[in-house]
Amino acid sequence: MTAIANTRAADPASARTSAAKTTVDRTGVPGWLQAMPFGLVFLVFFVIPLILVVIVSFWDYNDYEMIARFTTRSYTETFDGCLTQLPDLCTILKTYASTAKFCFIVWLTTLLIGFTVAYFLAFHVRTLTMQMVLFLVCTIPFWTSNVIRMISWIPLLGRNGLVNDVLIKAHIVNQPVEWLLYSPFSVGLAFTHLFTFFMVVPIFNSMMRIDKRLIEAAYDSGASGWQTLWNLIIPLSKPGIVIGSIFVVTIVMGDFITFDVMGGEQIASAGKVVETRLNALQFPPAAANAVILLAVTLIIIAGLNRIVDVRKEL
Amino acid sequence: MGEDRSAAFYWLAAAFAAYVLFLYGPVIVIFVLSFQGPSGGLTFPLNGLSLHWFERLWTGGGIVDIHDAFLRSLELGVVVMILTVLLSLSAGLAFRKRFRGSNLLFLVAIASLIVPSIVTSLGIALEFHLFDDLLKSHGPRWLTGNLKTTMGLFTSGLGAHLTWTLPFGLLVMFAIFNRFDARYEEAARDLGASPWQTLRHVVLPIIMPSVIGVGLFGFTLSWDEIARSSQAMGEHNTLPMTLQALTTTVTTPEIYALGTATTGVSFAVIALALIAITLIRARQARHGSDAGQA
Repeated sequence: MTAIANTRAADPASARTSAAKTTVDRTGVPGWLQAMPFGLVFLVFFVIPLILVVIVSFWDYNDYEMIARFTTRSYTETFDGCLTQLPDLCTILKTYASTAKFCFIVWLTTLLIGFTVAYFLAFHVRTLTMQMVLFLVCTIPFWTSNVIRMISWIPLLGRNGLVNDVLIKAHIVNQPVEWLLYSPFSVGLAFTHLFTFFMVVPIFNSMMRIDKRLIEAAYDSGASGWQTLWNLIIPLSKPGIVIGSIFVVTIVMGDFITFDVMGGEQIASAGKVVETRLNALQFPPAAANAVILLAVTLIIIAGLNRIVDVRKEL
Repeated sequence: MGEDRSAAFYWLAAAFAAYVLFLYGPVIVIFVLSFQGPSGGLTFPLNGLSLHWFERLWTGGGIVDIHDAFLRSLELGVVVMILTVLLSLSAGLAFRKRFRGSNLLFLVAIASLIVPSIVTSLGIALEFHLFDDLLKSHGPRWLTGNLKTTMGLFTSGLGAHLTWTLPFGLLVMFAIFNRFDARYEEAARDLGASPWQTLRHVVLPIIMPSVIGVGLFGFTLSWDEIARSSQAMGEHNTLPMTLQALTTTVTTPEIYALGTATTGVSFAVIALALIAITLIRARQARHGSDAGQA
């Protein structure tokens, strides 16, 4: 838990630069050597695998193995019929449109809830101790596995769940409501439940850096609460908002587990396409879909990065 | 900020309370339901209170054997924890100096958090698949004779988990060293301590509580990891993967009991870490610091 608390105050960029300035040589071992084990892990288990994904996406395949021969077959098959079916969307575009819709809705709900929570913690809780305590209260559920937090909705939203019980007893509905579980609704709800905190942390971090005197100055100059919020706090919280948005959007974009568990295996998603192809042991089409997913994710991040230069903020 | 609470405060406090209820409510519900009586179902009402479903889980009477998955996840979590501490600490020390490629390494680590887990997982699976093929066609016979795959818990699985835990470890290290007072090191050096002595007797004792935090973080991230593991574990499943598979097949509270037990392990690890940190802090308060002691 101290780890979380520390991350909150993290300012790695300045840690790197300020530390670098004051240091001559601290341990006698050259820096590159100390960083090498760390670097090797990422080379072997991240960089090379990504390169292989790109290469294999251009390979051929048959029913039981991949064949090292250049072809764009995996891509053309993935986008099969996309031009001829216009103006109707082909399967892959439909899947991406649906995933993007989830991204947008989850982004909006996590942003609204996350901003409100962070704003309360940063500006309305008066003592640092109380801020830490309430912050920890929000982190504790994070030590529970995501799958458990997903299935915990079943007794609430199921056909015979608590919500339906209450609705029927209150005579609001006669039949149990079916769209509560294993539906787009439950998928969106689970995402919001799981990932709002990823919005809270960076926004809270940005807000804590805002000089309180600025707010007093705004107040003294006669700004209303809303004016202060809109013209001062939101612009200054932007880095946190963007970092949180990147986290939430990329998670939803690449997710396949939440869609599976909460969607009752009925809802397609960009991440699931990759998984389905893999389960059929078709590596090249899986790789091609992974490259597409990666490209879309990077485009979204690049777009968000135009709003705020995240590298400066990290 | 005024002396009196404004109306906005009460609205926001209510919103915050609602958020906390939203966070905790469902999880508490399944903890309660895991103590369901033997005839109870997946939803309320509770048909009596019992440890029936925990017993079934433990004796393996119900669903597939989860003992092995439990042990596998525990072993992997401990190894990931140790490596996360060692590698992040070493890299954290490195980032305090200048070294070529430090910016690139930092970007790669951050990218590892942002690239969708399924893509990383697929990449690792591909890498090991191709490596297997290479071994089988070119490797020495004694090695490849009955080799099925080089994929496994402590090869591809371990790597997959490290790409997830190490970036967090590094970020926490940045936070630690950001607050670290470098004058302690300079004092040690002025008193003639070698670089290694400075690290061992000055730096490490001071940052130890936070380093334990990194270990704790590494363990719980690994313990709950599922997306990256999905393609990279080889023939065996970890506990969260088993749990996910069970969500579609198990229709008894046994799955809640498994959830409660899994969470119990997480909380036990946190408690252990907090106790260790408290003990270290108390010791430091008594002795000042153990700097200079053998």
